[in-house]
Amino acid sequence: MIHVSMAVNGRPASGDVDPRTLLVQFLRENLRLTGTHVGCDTSQCGACVVHVDGRAIKSCTVLAASCEGAQVTTIEGLATNGKLHPMQQAFQDNHGLQCGFCTPGMIMAAIDLANRQGPNLDEIAIRHGLDGNICRCTGYHNIVKAIAQGAREMGAAGTRQAAE
Amino acid sequence: MGVTAIGASVKRTEDIRFITGKGRYVDDFNRPGQAYAYFLRSPHAHATIDKIDASAALKSPGVVAVLTGDDIAADKVGGLICGWMIHSKDGSPMKAGAHPALAQGKVRYVGDHVAVVIADTLAQARDAAEKIEVSYSELPAVVDTAKAASPGQPQLHDVAPLNTIFNWHIGDKATTDAAFASAAHVTKLDLLNNRLIPNAMEPRAAVAEYDSGIDATTLFTTSQNPHVARLVLSAFIGLAPEHKLRVIAPDVGGGFGSKIFIYPEETVCAWAAKKIDRPVKWTAERTESFVSDAHGRDHVSHAELALDAAGKITGLRVHTIANLGAYMSTFSSSVPTYLYGLLLSGQYDIPNIYCEVDAVYTNTAPVDAYRGAGRPEATFLIERIVELAARETGKDSVEFRRQNFVKSFPHQTPVLLNYDIGDYGQALDKALALADYKGVGKRKAASAAKGKLRGVGVSAYIEACGLAPSKAVGSLGAGVGLWESAEVRVNPIGTVEVLTGSHSHGQSHETTFAQLVSDRLGIPMENVSIVHGDTDKVQFGMGTYGSRSGAVGMAAISKALDKIEAKAKKVAGHVLEASEGDIEFKDGKFTVKGTDKSIDFGSVALNAYTAHKFDGQELEPGLKETAFWDPTNFTFPAGVHICELEIDPETGVVTIDRWTAVDDFGKLINPMVVEGQVHGGIAQGVGQALLESAHYNSDGQLLTASYMDYCMPRADDLPSFKVDTIETPCPSNPLGIKGCGEAGAIASPPAVINALTDALGHEDVAMPATPQAVWRAAQKAVKRAAE
Repeated sequence: MIHVSMAVNGRPASGDVDPRTLLVQFLRENLRLTGTHVGCDTSQCGACVVHVDGRAIKSCTVLAASCEGAQVTTIEGLATNGKLHPMQQAFQDNHGLQCGFCTPGMIMAAIDLANRQGPNLDEIAIRHGLDGNICRCTGYHNIVKAIAQGAREMGAAGTRQAAE
Repeated sequence: MGVTAIGASVKRTEDIRFITGKGRYVDDFNRPGQAYAYFLRSPHAHATIDKIDASAALKSPGVVAVLTGDDIAADKVGGLICGWMIHSKDGSPMKAGAHPALAQGKVRYVGDHVAVVIADTLAQARDAAEKIEVSYSELPAVVDTAKAASPGQPQLHDVAPLNTIFNWHIGDKATTDAAFASAAHVTKLDLLNNRLIPNAMEPRAAVAEYDSGIDATTLFTTSQNPHVARLVLSAFIGLAPEHKLRVIAPDVGGGFGSKIFIYPEETVCAWAAKKIDRPVKWTAERTESFVSDAHGRDHVSHAELALDAAGKITGLRVHTIANLGAYMSTFSSSVPTYLYGLLLSGQYDIPNIYCEVDAVYTNTAPVDAYRGAGRPEATFLIERIVELAARETGKDSVEFRRQNFVKSFPHQTPVLLNYDIGDYGQALDKALALADYKGVGKRKAASAAKGKLRGVGVSAYIEACGLAPSKAVGSLGAGVGLWESAEVRVNPIGTVEVLTGSHSHGQSHETTFAQLVSDRLGIPMENVSIVHGDTDKVQFGMGTYGSRSGAVGMAAISKALDKIEAKAKKVAGHVLEASEGDIEFKDGKFTVKGTDKSIDFGSVALNAYTAHKFDGQELEPGLKETAFWDPTNFTFPAGVHICELEIDPETGVVTIDRWTAVDDFGKLINPMVVEGQVHGGIAQGVGQALLESAHYNSDGQLLTASYMDYCMPRADDLPSFKVDTIETPCPSNPLGIKGCGEAGAIASPPAVINALTDALGHEDVAMPATPQAVWRAAQKAVKRAAE
C-alpha cells in the first residue's frame, strides 16, 4: 500500500491504496464520488473525464499515485453554492442527456474544450472536440447545442476557469 | 397550453441529479462486507471442459469461493430460459438447448461462463482467476449464419440437429407463388443485416445481498424490467420465491434492449450471495459487455418482389436465416419471427406475402432484441427492395412508394397486422419539402464539380409498438402478458406518487409521466413523483422495451387517474353537499355544476383521508387507485427519413450532409423528449449502416471486442438532424400515443444505403459501408460510368 494525497473539489483527500489503484477507483471507492463513471476501461469513451490541475484527463487511465499533490475537480465539484455551472445548466436546457451515464464526462470535457478554445465554438469545433467521448443515447445533436450554449455563457459569466 | 401541460417541451426533472453526479447506478451501490465476483470465461468458441482445477486459485489471497457449473447443478439452480415459444411450420416446438448460468461440460462461445471467483477485492478475484487451470478439448466451431444449418457443420446442441432451432413461416405460400407466376416484373435482392453490439454506456452490473434473518435476497441490477427479472429468477431459475426476492433497477445507463434479458452473471451473483452469505458485487468490464451482452440483428436474407405491368406490388417472398448465437436468450425467438415477419408489408398495400425464417445456433454470443428488434431488419429489406424495384423499372422511387402506399385505414396486411391509422402520403410530402428534395439535382451537380458523389435515399418505415393485447401475444407464443400497471397514490396534502411498472433508463419517465399527472389533476409537476424500478415498491409490471412506456405505461397511469377522478368526485360531492353527478372537475378544481361552489384537489385529498364528511362504510376512506392496462391493438408509428450524403471517391469517406425525419408518433407528451429519442435512434441506425459490425473470425474469436475495434458513432460522424412530426392519434389507447423509442434506428439504415447506392450509380454496398467498402464500390461505379 502507498499513501496518496490530493485536493479533490477543493478539499484535501488522502488514503492508503494499492499502488495499481487508478484515479477513478480512488475517486469512486475511497472518496465515494460516484459521479465519475467507467464506461470502457480503455480511455475511449470519456465517461471518466475529470480535471487535474485544470486539464481534462481520463481518470480510468491515470494512477491515483501520479496525482499526488494535484488539484482534482470532478462533476460533483462544479456547482457552487447550489448554483449549476453554466455547462451543467446548458445540458439541461438543451436536453443534452438521456440516461445520464456519459454526461459527467461530457460536461467535464466540454468545459475543457471551452477553456481551451474560447466561448464561440462552432458545430465543427464541438464535434471534433468530442472525439474522446461516446454517447449512445442522444445522437450528439443536443449535446452539440448544449456545449455551444455552455461555452457562450461561460465566456459571458467569466467562469472559464472558475471550475478549477 | 400550460408550461407543463401535455404537449409542452418541459425540461427534465431527472437531469439535476445526472448533471451534478448524483445519479445512482448499480455500480454506485455498495453493501457492508461485500465481496467481488470475477468471471472466468471461455477463450474457445467450442470445447468440452475436461477438468477444472481451482486448487491454486482457492489458496490465492482474499479468495472466498470458486464456483463452477458443478456447484450450480448441485444446488439445482435452473437454466436460463427463452420465454417466447415458436413453432416450426411442421408444428414442432422450437429446439432450445440447455443454457446453464455456468457451463456444464461444454462451452459454446468465446466469453461463455466457466467459473466465478469471489474474493475480498476485485483485484484479488481477477488474480485468482488466472490461477484456475481448465483443461479443454477444442471442437471445431461454426460462426457463419448462412452455413450453420448445412450438413457437416459442428453441432452445438444435441436437441437441435443441423443447428436448427426452428423453421418458421408466415403468410400464404400458394397465393404468393401465384402472384409471382403472373408478375410483369420480379426484383430479387440478397441482403445481410450486420450483427451489432448494443453498447449501452453503462456496463451491466449486479450487487446481490442475502439476509438470512428473513431468508430473502435483494438484487440491484441493470435491468429494463425488474419484475420480469424477478419472475424468471424465481419461477424458472428457482433462486427464491418472488416474495423472498427483491429486484431493484435504480438509475440504468441505457439499455437498447440489452438489459431486458436475464443473464448468467446476475443469476450467479444472486445465487452466490446466499451461498457464501456475503453481498456479492460484479460490474462488467467493457470487453465483457462486448463478448457477453446479447448481440443484435445478424440476418442473411433473400427477397423477391413481384410487380404488375402498372408498377403495383403484387407479392413479396422472403427467406431469412437468423443467427441466434450459442444459446437462446430471453426473448430471442420473437425477434426474427413476430417482430420481423409481421412488419414485411411496410407502408405498402401488398396483397400477398410469404416469409420463411430459419433460426440457427452458432458459436457466437446469444442474439436478442436490440433497438428496433426485428423491425429494422424488416424495414431494411422492404425499403431496399422497393428502391431497387423502382430503379429496375425506371420509376421515380418516391412516386413508386406513393403509388403502393396503404391509403385507407384500417388496413389488414397478409401478415397478421391490422394497421389502425396513419397518413403516409402526408409524412412523405412534409419530409420531401423539409429536405428540399427538389434541389437534389443541383446539389449533385455541385458535388460532382468538386469530384464528389452525392446521393439521396428515402426510407418509409412502419413499426409496431406496445405489443398487445396480451391474449393476442399469448396466442403467438409469448410467455408473459404485455399489459402495464400503474398505481396512483394521492397523499393527504394532495401530492401524488405514481408507481409504474415501466422503467426509465434514459426515456425521461420522471418528467413525461409527471406531465401527464400534472395536466390531468391540475397540480404542479413538483407535487408529483414517479417511482419505478423496485419490485418491493411497485406492483407487478412489465418494464420498458419496444417503445411501450408511453402507449402502454402512460395509458395505465391514465386509467388509474380516471379512477382517482371518479372517487375524488364522490368525496367532493360529500364536502360540497351536492350529488356526485353534479360535480365537474377542471383545472384542479371540483365545482358544483352551475354554481360557484368549489373545492380544490388538495382539499379533496385531505377530506378523503380525514373521512369526516362521509360514511366510511359507504365510501372507503383514502385516495389511491390501481390500473392494469391491456391495449386493444399494437400501435403503428410510421414516417419517412431522408438521408443526403456525399462520398469522396478517392478515400471512400462518407459525409452525411443532411438528415430529415418526419415521424407520426400520434399524440406527443413532450416534443423535446420525442425529438431526443429520434436523434439517438438515427445515430444508432447510421452506426449500423456505416460503422458498426460485430466480427467473429472463423474460429469464433470476436475481433471487435473493444472501442478500438468496434466503431461506435462519434459526434463527428453525424450531422445535426432536421426532425419533425405529423399526428394521427392512435385509437387503441386513451392518450393517442404510438411510441417513438425505436423509430430512428428502424428508419435510418435503408435511408443511408439507398443514398449510397444512389451516389454510386446503383452499385450495391453491404452494411457497414466502411470507407474501404465504399471506396471499392466507388471505383467500380466510376469505371462503369466511364465505359
